[in-house]
Amino acid sequence: MGFLDIDNVTKSYGAVEVLHKVDIDVQEGEFLVLVGPSGCGKSTLLNMIAGLEGITSGEIRIKDRVMNGVHPSRRNIAMVFQSYALYPNMTVGKNITFGLEMHGTPKPEREKAMKDVAQLLQIEHLLDRKPGQLSGGQRQRVAMGRALVRNPDVFLFDEPLSNLDAKLRVDMRTEIKKLHHRLGTTIVYVTHDQIEAMTLSTRIAVMFNGYVQQLGTPKEIYDTPANLFVATFMGSPAMNVLKVKLEERNGVPHAVMAGADGAERALAMPNAPAAAKAYLGREVMLGIRPEAITDPEGADRNARNIQPLANTVGVTEPAGADTFVTMTLAGKDCVARMRADADVRPGQPFDFAVNMDKAVLFDIETETRIA
Amino acid sequence: MAAASTETAIRSSNVTRVFIYLVLLLFALFYLLPFGIMLVNSLKPLSEITGGNMIALPRDWTIAPWLSAWSTAQIGVEPTGLRPYFINSIVMAVPAVVLSTVVGALNGYVLTKWHFRGATIIFGLLLFSCFIPFQIVLIPMARILGLLDIAGTTTGLILVHFVYGIGFTTLYFRNYYAAFPTELVRAAQIDGAGFFQIFWRIMLPSSGPIIAVSFIWQFTNIWNDFLFGASFASGGGAPMTVALNNLVNSSTGVREYNVHFAGAIMAAAPTLLVYIVAGRYFVRGLMAGSVKG
Repeated sequence: MGFLDIDNVTKSYGAVEVLHKVDIDVQEGEFLVLVGPSGCGKSTLLNMIAGLEGITSGEIRIKDRVMNGVHPSRRNIAMVFQSYALYPNMTVGKNITFGLEMHGTPKPEREKAMKDVAQLLQIEHLLDRKPGQLSGGQRQRVAMGRALVRNPDVFLFDEPLSNLDAKLRVDMRTEIKKLHHRLGTTIVYVTHDQIEAMTLSTRIAVMFNGYVQQLGTPKEIYDTPANLFVATFMGSPAMNVLKVKLEERNGVPHAVMAGADGAERALAMPNAPAAAKAYLGREVMLGIRPEAITDPEGADRNARNIQPLANTVGVTEPAGADTFVTMTLAGKDCVARMRADADVRPGQPFDFAVNMDKAVLFDIETETRIA
Repeated sequence: MAAASTETAIRSSNVTRVFIYLVLLLFALFYLLPFGIMLVNSLKPLSEITGGNMIALPRDWTIAPWLSAWSTAQIGVEPTGLRPYFINSIVMAVPAVVLSTVVGALNGYVLTKWHFRGATIIFGLLLFSCFIPFQIVLIPMARILGLLDIAGTTTGLILVHFVYGIGFTTLYFRNYYAAFPTELVRAAQIDGAGFFQIFWRIMLPSSGPIIAVSFIWQFTNIWNDFLFGASFASGGGAPMTVALNNLVNSSTGVREYNVHFAGAIMAAAPTLLVYIVAGRYFVRGLMAGSVKG
């Protein structure tokens, strides 16, 4: 029993089912992020929690109260919209207290609640302005203030940062996280930005095509993705996925592939999962994060299995903090993430170090992780 | 070379500009001419019109034709002037404009923000009412007014104009609200506002431009209408347009053209005033409505 139960919920428009048996328990104080590409059903799910869209089958419960068919205003939720949805004709103060007014809160209490929230979000000096006179970041704060003032059970955020410029987005992201730490409220947050998902959440639900592909902590999602979709969607630059042959050599499974020169490269996988045995002699997908391929000096000292890999450097992209190196491996571009001062030159051979602890294997047919 | 060519570009654009302004001025004069002639002749004694040049300025300036047209001229059989009919028109137009605007706004709100099965068909049918010629509805309308026992009254005329206006006002408000962010309505729903609270507190305060459009359109149409006025109101209940016709077409005595001109200006004044006061909102509102439709 969670604080917010999403219990086998589906959504259909006519004969088309857009959300299939979603089952998520959110604990009190959790920060759940629904992440996925557009059209994956994440916003629909959020709107169903808010009560703005009907539930076709299944149940949504908040504090063990069934919410199916309950009006949005009686669910004790608050929502921050992508466009902020501030009432353009009302002042900031009115915007914040409108919900309280509609719920019949007496005026002195409204004023006090407004003052508290304005102080918390540092928007006291804006209370008499209209939304049209505010900057994007200020509007964002007001929208959060409007949600906070109701003191709801669950906060719903619908891509709240996507209308801000890159720098402000990072600032507000930190702000939201601080707010969550301070208030300890339960939050469901929708985004298509995997970095937002990783940084903010206590748990992530990766969605695609109306299915929850994987539900887990950011570390679980990142290190042990359930399938190829999750593996490539989460992380930037994306995980390298290479088609390799799994062979047993000296009693140890090896991932065998062609290097840039066409000659064979073999990476030993002594810690390969037991299930990998069944794939010996067959082709599988090998997933390696760019940061697991480094120069030998930059490799993780705590890693148990670092494999050398000699290969020709393709392109180098210095990005300040790191240098990204692209090389050809198993017939595909493969990105490695090096220290900024690593001595790599395009077209030259280089000895890479591959942290095989972090490598994952996927079945070619089902695209699920072999574990 | 570059500098020279910019200079010539500026010079030629100045020439073009002067030319454009001249043409525009000419057209403006052309359009103002009839009004000018009406004004000039309404300020002359009748003898100057019948005996001389209609375009010349008055030799004896007088406001007697205006006073006569307003309060003593023969309208039909009564020497009442246009005043009671002017009041009739106001009493008819104001409620009809307000009612049709409010109902059009409600319709637009429901059609765009509260989706229901068949909304598009209903909107289509409402639109259809914009294209029905007035003449077609005369007889059924007369029958209904008779059944409601308001035939020949100003109340009857209000009803006719109110119902006939809904099609247009709905069209305006639907298009305007289609571009109005639905997230605002959803936010208000979560905040606990009901159907009418959202309408009064959120939608209407943001509808200034389109209210102006609806108001101008409805007021001009209702004020200028002759057919319904002539058909459904009789005698003392007639609107301004019908009374003006009765003033000009009265067959007794001398035709007092100066009084006719004064009366015609009086009949046109309110719509002119509305355009001058709210005209810029009219254009703005039409543009706003046409962004998404």
